[in-house]
This record gives sequence, structure tokens and C-alpha cells, in this order.
Amino acid sequence: MIAIIDYGMGNLKSVSKAFQMVGAQAKVTDNPNDLSDAKAVVLPGVGAFARAMANLTELDILPAITRIIKDGKPFLGICLGLQLLFTESEEHGTHRGLDILKGKVKRFDLQLKTPHMGWNEVKIKSPQSTVHSPQLFEDIADNSYFYFVHTYYVDPDDKGIIIGTTKYGKDFASAVNKDNIWGVQFHPEKSSELGLKFLENFCKLC
Amino acid sequence: MVERAKFLTGLTKRIIPCLDVKDGRVVKGINFLDLKDTGDPVKTAAFYSKEGADEVVFLDITASVEKRQAFLDVVIKTAEQVFIPLTVGGGIRNISDIRQLLKSGADKVSINTAAIENPTLIKEASEEFGSQCIVVAIDAKLVHSPQSIVHSKKKKWEVYAYGGRKPVGLDAVEWAKKAERSGAGEILLTSMDMDGTTAGYDLKLTKAISETVNIPVIASGGAGDLEHLYEALTTGRADAVLAASIFHYGKYSIREAKEYLKDRGIPVRI
Repeated sequence: MIAIIDYGMGNLKSVSKAFQMVGAQAKVTDNPNDLSDAKAVVLPGVGAFARAMANLTELDILPAITRIIKDGKPFLGICLGLQLLFTESEEHGTHRGLDILKGKVKRFDLQLKTPHMGWNEVKIKSPQSTVHSPQLFEDIADNSYFYFVHTYYVDPDDKGIIIGTTKYGKDFASAVNKDNIWGVQFHPEKSSELGLKFLENFCKLC
Repeated sequence: MVERAKFLTGLTKRIIPCLDVKDGRVVKGINFLDLKDTGDPVKTAAFYSKEGADEVVFLDITASVEKRQAFLDVVIKTAEQVFIPLTVGGGIRNISDIRQLLKSGADKVSINTAAIENPTLIKEASEEFGSQCIVVAIDAKLVHSPQSIVHSKKKKWEVYAYGGRKPVGLDAVEWAKKAERSGAGEILLTSMDMDGTTAGYDLKLTKAISETVNIPVIASGGAGDLEHLYEALTTGRADAVLAASIFHYGKYSIREAKEYLKDRGIPVRI
């Protein structure tokens, strides 16, 4: 079973339906025990960073998240779920994140239209830190299109964890990987066939 | 006006088919009046997704509140089968309507009359669910009064509510700005003058709004030919184009539209 963390931020249903579509058993849950039982964990989410952190704290699910990541369980952060993994965000002030990955969440240049909304290319890079990890981009061509909707992006301290970049004003990290942790700024659950392929690849890690 | 040309981006322009849904079935409104049934919304959305549509929009034009459930069922079924963004609109009055639609599987909601009558709804909704899922739909019509011509050489458009039936005395450009400030993540802009004419989008209106706001603008109303899509995305500076009849009646496929645009240098996802 793949646990999809429900913390009141956004469209979890489409994430679980997408996993079901690729043949995985998915459970939307806010119960820490489910995270322990799951083969893999997904932190999805759209919305405001500070509110998301507050919700996660209130649900008392943060220790379970930290634990399963330490245990080496495959973990995928999507969009806001990716951003929350980082040290801090500058969205409406400065807010602490989970600090599992080092780096900041920054806003796009004010002159750019935001949200960065729509389909954009992901330039796939080989992960330097985890050369032997299975690839979530297996069978997905370089510069394939994925669906994005966000105003902030992650800027990891260690550029070696960046496995995909996308151009919006400048190149930003649209996919990261460190050991068992994966994060994508795009929405695989909304990226049609290739998005489903990506989720299917994630399921193969389990 | 913001100069964006210097920014490099791989972001593509979106092609969005729009389905008018009544009592759970697809219809296409011609000038909001003449309606014709063209099928099952779930199947149509899945078909468009397969063809390469970048998003799908459902507008619920069901009159009676009791029949709203049929629309929710359509949203639920679509979200189970279609893995591209789904925007839904029509008849949304308050936060609880928005929550219900998002829970049913919609990715974005499009608010029109309720946002005009209660602008704080945009703020509340964007704070609650995030700006990215709050689309403000604007139905606008060119103001023909001689006064506006005397006082200003610039064209003016007035906002209409209730499916284009009621003028509300708001200037469309000003309203778009206010919607953005309130937290809208996107503007769905329909020209009432051009809607249903198949004579092309209102390029001046689209340009005026797209250059004023710093959120994406979807041009709507008037598409009859592929050239019109191109014009809206270039002259009109729209970020996305919405069309209904040119796709519904099989005049062009989404793929043909995208190949045409690609040949003319527009970045599209194929």
C-alpha cells in the first residue's frame, strides 16, 4: 500500500486515482500508523506553505514522516509536498520547513506571470548522489512536458540532488532525489500519460 | 505594462476545450441561448485528453439547484479517468460550493457572478484553497456609449453577470486587476461580443487584460478557425485559449490545432 498523506492541502483524490490507474493500492490517510505500514509514502499538496506546516504539526504526523524517511522508505513529495521537505520558505514571510533537504523555497521573479501554470519541459539530469538508484524518469524522454502550477520553487544547497530542471525565467529544480527521497515540482497526477508513467516508476521502487 | 519578452521560458501555450454541461450532459451554447446536445462529458473529456488537450473546462449551466448532483457526479467520474487539469464553473456561490467541487476532483474552480457580488469570496477562497485553484471568469462586452468615445480613445468593456444577462457597471480591466489583487490565480476572459460568432476572439480586450494583470489569462469567445487561436496567443497575448464548437463539431482536432500553432512558432505541447 502506498500512503498518501492527507493534511487538508489540495487535491489528494487525483493523486490516489492516478496511483490506482497504474495498478497501485493507494490510501489517503492522516494516521501515522499507516505511514509505518505503507511500502511508500507520498506527500502531495497545493496551497500555502505556512498553513501546510501548521496542519502537519497539528496532525502530529511530522515525527512519523521523519522516521519513515530515515528508515529508507521510498518517499515522494509533489509540488508543495516537495517544498515542505526543505529548510525554509520565503512565502509570505520566512517559515521553517521539514529541513530534511537543505535549501530554500523562493519566489519567481515578480515580473514573471505567476502562478507558473501549464505544461513545461523537464530537462532530465542523472542524479549525482544516488547513481545506482532506479530512475523515476525511466522510459520518459528528456525534455518531456509535465503540468506545473506554482509560484515558488526550491533552491537546494546541494545542486547534486537536482535530477530535473525546468525553464521559467531561469532554470529551476523541478525534480530532486536524495537516497530514498524524491520530489517533483510538477504534478505527475495531472501530467497525462507521462505523469502516470512517472508514478508507475515510483511504484517500482517499492 | 510588464515587459516579459526578455524572460526565457519553456512554458507552452495551453489549448483548452470547454464543455457546457446541463443536467450531466454536454451542450454548446451559441450566444448563451441556442443549445444542442453533443454527448457524454466524461467520455468527451477523456477523448480530448487523449488528443492532447492541455486542460478541460466544464461549465455547469444547469438551472435548478436540485440537479447539481448530476454535475458533481460528472466531475467525480471525470477525475477518476482523466489525468489532466479539470476546471469547473457555473453556479458557484460560496466557499462550501468550491470545497464540494474540489473534493469531487476538480483542480480549479471558475467563479463569475458570486465574485462580482461578493469580491471577498475570491480572497477567502484563495486563502482557504490556494490561488492556483481560483479562476475568476469575466464576461465582458464592449461599451458603445458615445460618451466613452468622447472622453477616451481607449476602448472600454463592461462586466456582465448571470451568464451574460446583467451588466454590473464594472470596467473589465479594472475588475481583472481587482480579482488579481484579491487572490485569483487565473482569469478566464470571455468576449460576449464575439462569443458564438466564430469570427475570432476580441483581441483588443484580451490584450488589454493580459497586459494589465500578472496572472495567466485564458481567452474565450469567438474561435472559429485556427488562425483565431494564433491571434489570441500572439496579438492578444493570452496564455491559453479556450474553444468549444470548433472542437466539438469536429472542424478541427486538438492535434491539428497544436500542429498548426507549432508550425507558426507558438510553443505547444505535442
